[in-house]
Amino acid sequence: MVRSKSRRKLASQDRRGGSEPPGDDLSKLGDPRHLLGLDGMRRAEIEEILDSAFAFKEVLDRPIKKVPTLRGKMVINLFFEPSTRTRTSFEIAGKLLSADVINFSASASALEKGETLLDTALNLQAMRPDVLVVRSASSGVPHMLARRLECAIVSAGDGWHEHPTQALLDAMSLRERWGSLDGRTVAIVGDIARSRVAGSNIRCLTSLGARVRVCGPRTMIPRNVESLGKVTIHHRIAEALEAADAVMMLRIQKERSSEPIYPSDREYSRLFGLNTMNVELLEKDALILHPGPMNRGIEIEPAVADGPRSIILDQVENGVALRMAVLCRAARSVGASLEAPA
Amino acid sequence: MRHDELVERRRLLEEEEIHARIDQMAAGIAKRCPDPEALVLVGIRTGGVPLAERLQRRLASRLDVHPPIGILDITLYRDDFFRGLEQPQVGPTNIGFPLGDRFVVLVDDVLFTGRTVRAAIDALMDFGRPRRVLLAVLVDRGGRELPIAADVVGQRVEASNDETVEVRLVETAEEDAVVVMGERAR
Repeated sequence: MVRSKSRRKLASQDRRGGSEPPGDDLSKLGDPRHLLGLDGMRRAEIEEILDSAFAFKEVLDRPIKKVPTLRGKMVINLFFEPSTRTRTSFEIAGKLLSADVINFSASASALEKGETLLDTALNLQAMRPDVLVVRSASSGVPHMLARRLECAIVSAGDGWHEHPTQALLDAMSLRERWGSLDGRTVAIVGDIARSRVAGSNIRCLTSLGARVRVCGPRTMIPRNVESLGKVTIHHRIAEALEAADAVMMLRIQKERSSEPIYPSDREYSRLFGLNTMNVELLEKDALILHPGPMNRGIEIEPAVADGPRSIILDQVENGVALRMAVLCRAARSVGASLEAPA
Repeated sequence: MRHDELVERRRLLEEEEIHARIDQMAAGIAKRCPDPEALVLVGIRTGGVPLAERLQRRLASRLDVHPPIGILDITLYRDDFFRGLEQPQVGPTNIGFPLGDRFVVLVDDVLFTGRTVRAAIDALMDFGRPRRVLLAVLVDRGGRELPIAADVVGQRVEASNDETVEVRLVETAEEDAVVVMGERAR
């Protein structure tokens, strides 16, 4: 195993011609087995994933919505935090590829009996999955598992850190409408500090050539936000929306903070909510995104969420195709180490 | 085997001959299809697509048969998906009509091992149950690894296993030609 690993590493370095940015242990640059985050991922690699995701989307329209690609491969969805949409999306994606998909949620597991997270993961690994899809409330869990386990790790969101497949499906939904993100302006509004969706999206959108504005109350903008990508910071929503090509509204996440993070829903909604009035500040054909689940009436007014500019349900549909692309990439990299190159 | 290390060893067909072979193929397809209304062409990406388009034009202009055309990418059905270090790029498939009860002609440029055709047949079945499937190729170079044969062949050629038969069509290349490529002699 060790030998095949180093062989793969050598081969992939060969291909890149050594032009990679200096190694970041956390993101395991260039190791295509894992998708831990978008930090440090090259634009070409992001574009490659999006290209294949568009091809996978066609499978969803077929009379028989299934391809045999991952037949005999096992995908375990290991969710240490509740999630319906992301887990279901990964599950559907795996099944459409003919993989065997097993859902393992922490609430129903031995974690409640006191087992550590790593022990749980090691036990699951002993059941020989090819890909482990991991969702956790703590940042860095996918990276820790990638260091300790042999199977491919795909992050389905870790703490406040990253949610790579969400950002990729957002980029896919924008590219579907625009063709390219180059030179477009995208505003991200809400609790930037506690949002892994914002964390991955800032990295992804700036890498694809978009101009990114982040907007929220001072308490919700992280100090180091510019280190994630070139962004401008706004504390008034009108400023952020002015002539933007798209706006991404983030969900107010009360579960991520033990203390109240703003005075009242009404005040937040009045100052930072997207409504039928301020939506007019956007470019005429601007797109409206939300990663879901929405708090209707708080960060977004129902008439806007359901309006003609909203691509919120496109995001969900594209999510399945995007995750098919990601699972194929991960599972294939595992398989490639087991069989000799052709 | 990297493609840029290959050099042209011999030329098998030139432009005029390719035109003539495609005419013959169109006639062969029309002859075998008892019900022109049910005929559809499906080009296997990437080499089969421009060839299918040419066959479609010939069928229309010479024989007044107007089959619709589909594009099939077989990457997800390949038997070597998990081999090799390069990530295979999945390309778009576009079959905009039901295949149930149709007379389907699979079109590819070169028939070699038969593995691509095996994958293509599996993929087709996920789009419906055709009445019949035929295989039409511009070049059959032998070397089959599966029990598969073409129904309509433009040209049969001899090539050894270390050679690559390349079909160049102006839609995607600089010229119309069929050439045999091999490694540079050392």
